Amino acid sequence: MTTLLDVLSWVLLTLGGISVLIGGIGALRMPDLYTRMHAASVTDSMGAILVLGGIMLQAGWSLATIKLIAILLFLLLTSPTSSNALASAALLAGTRPIAERKQDREETP
Amino acid sequence: MIVMFGIFLLTLLVITAIAIVRTSNLFVGVMLMGIASLLIAANFFILDAADVALTEAAVGAGISTVLFLSALALTSAQERSKSSNRLLSFTVVAVAALVLIYATFDKPRFGDPLAPVQTHVAPWYLENTPTYIDIPNVVTAVLGSFRGYDTLGEVFVVFTAGIGVLFLLGSGTASSSLPRETNNEGLRHYLIPRVVGRFLIPFILLFGLYVQFHGEYGPGGGFQAGAIVTAAIILYALIEGERRALAALPQRWLLGLMAAGPLIYGAVGIAGIVMGGNFLDYSPLASDPVGGQHLGILLIEIGVGITVTGVLLSIFHAFAARGR
Amino acid sequence: MELLGLYNYWVFAILLMTGFYAVIAKLNLVKKLIGLSLFQAAVFLLYITMGKVDGGTAPIFSGAADAVFSNPLPQVLILTAIVVGISTTALGLGIVVRIKEEYGSIEEDEIQEIDRQ
Repeated sequence: MTTLLDVLSWVLLTLGGISVLIGGIGALRMPDLYTRMHAASVTDSMGAILVLGGIMLQAGWSLATIKLIAILLFLLLTSPTSSNALASAALLAGTRPIAERKQDREETP
Repeated sequence: MIVMFGIFLLTLLVITAIAIVRTSNLFVGVMLMGIASLLIAANFFILDAADVALTEAAVGAGISTVLFLSALALTSAQERSKSSNRLLSFTVVAVAALVLIYATFDKPRFGDPLAPVQTHVAPWYLENTPTYIDIPNVVTAVLGSFRGYDTLGEVFVVFTAGIGVLFLLGSGTASSSLPRETNNEGLRHYLIPRVVGRFLIPFILLFGLYVQFHGEYGPGGGFQAGAIVTAAIILYALIEGERRALAALPQRWLLGLMAAGPLIYGAVGIAGIVMGGNFLDYSPLASDPVGGQHLGILLIEIGVGITVTGVLLSIFHAFAARGR
Repeated sequence: MELLGLYNYWVFAILLMTGFYAVIAKLNLVKKLIGLSLFQAAVFLLYITMGKVDGGTAPIFSGAADAVFSNPLPQVLILTAIVVGISTTALGLGIVVRIKEEYGSIEEDEIQEIDRQ
């Protein structure tokens, strides 16, 4: 049973690491701000859930698991909110999405 | 194994520090400074300094970023000119770095339990904390009781910084010059940050109180709690606008908190003299010496917490009011 | 393995000198303050590294009889130092804001130019 939990937690941790890596590569390679934020949000959601889930399996039924659940809840609440605030601020400052810019370029002859 | 993780974090830290110095956009520099603070805090935790990691994360990554951003909003966010005497500075810095690295070869082995720093006074504190003070967190015991004078001085330094900034920037009581009930203050018309922020503020305040009173049993204490409570109220000020934040916690109260903290600390010290001991001697404060130590440490941590809250909030309001 | 232990100290030296370079070579006042913050953080790293003991844990008694603890004294010192550092940074930023209001610029060469007139 413990080996099964161990293997499962290792799988979750590795998948979480891969999600974080994908998010990082996306944040570097995407063309503009909004697409970069979308790629980085993979880190915040999938990465956080998988990594914290893996650590919870390692901790078993203890006080540490409840604290980890609280941390996960907090992360899941605040990361999308901060992404929303960042995107609103960018829109307010005048950064336009790249799809709009390309549409403008195609429309003007 | 965890040493490898520490080395990885330190490499990231060096890369971030070089990026901070090289970027010319100060906004980017401040954000990278927040990342560097978080990396240093994680590294402190790997080096078994739990209290210090909590303080660095709360103060360095949290409050410091807010203060720098407020200052940048009042000045310019772009660094305009190039550096002066680049070659000379770089040579001086490189030579000094090489001398320092050469000096590190003489240091005792990393983690050596027989190094001079581990055998001088530290074993005395680790052995005698259960007898004299009997609280689990040795760092709080040393900070609050054995080295109480240093902490008194530190509280006065924080207080001095607070009144210094208030002298420089005014105390932001211009609430009469604001228009009455606008709906455009702060982030009020951004629904999602407002709802989530208002939901989270009570939990952050609760966590601040938890950290304050659990400083004796785990990592925590007055400084971290003051920073966390300040962060909660700054979040409220950012969401609801500064006028409502000043209505919730008026400037008079903040000045009162700023002054009451060192006053409580000094009063506990004088109470020690009045009850028959020395200055800042907590043993005569209760019926048995260990109980007196507990009471003394509790009171001074409260004093430290409210000083840090009052000072950091006053500084934030002073910066925010300057822009109007 | 010895070199791995020295890595902490080398990072301390590089960080210290990076912050110091920002203080002496950059002309923007806020950049200098950021460099000063980096300098202080490097010093904290040095002290906490010196306090670590092999196989030790945080100096909090948890009921285990023969636990090895890391040195609590550097941690107390650095706790004080972090808070004092943020206080001086806040005061420095207040002075920078006032300089911007009086001189109109926060670049050191422009301020000295205005002063000379």
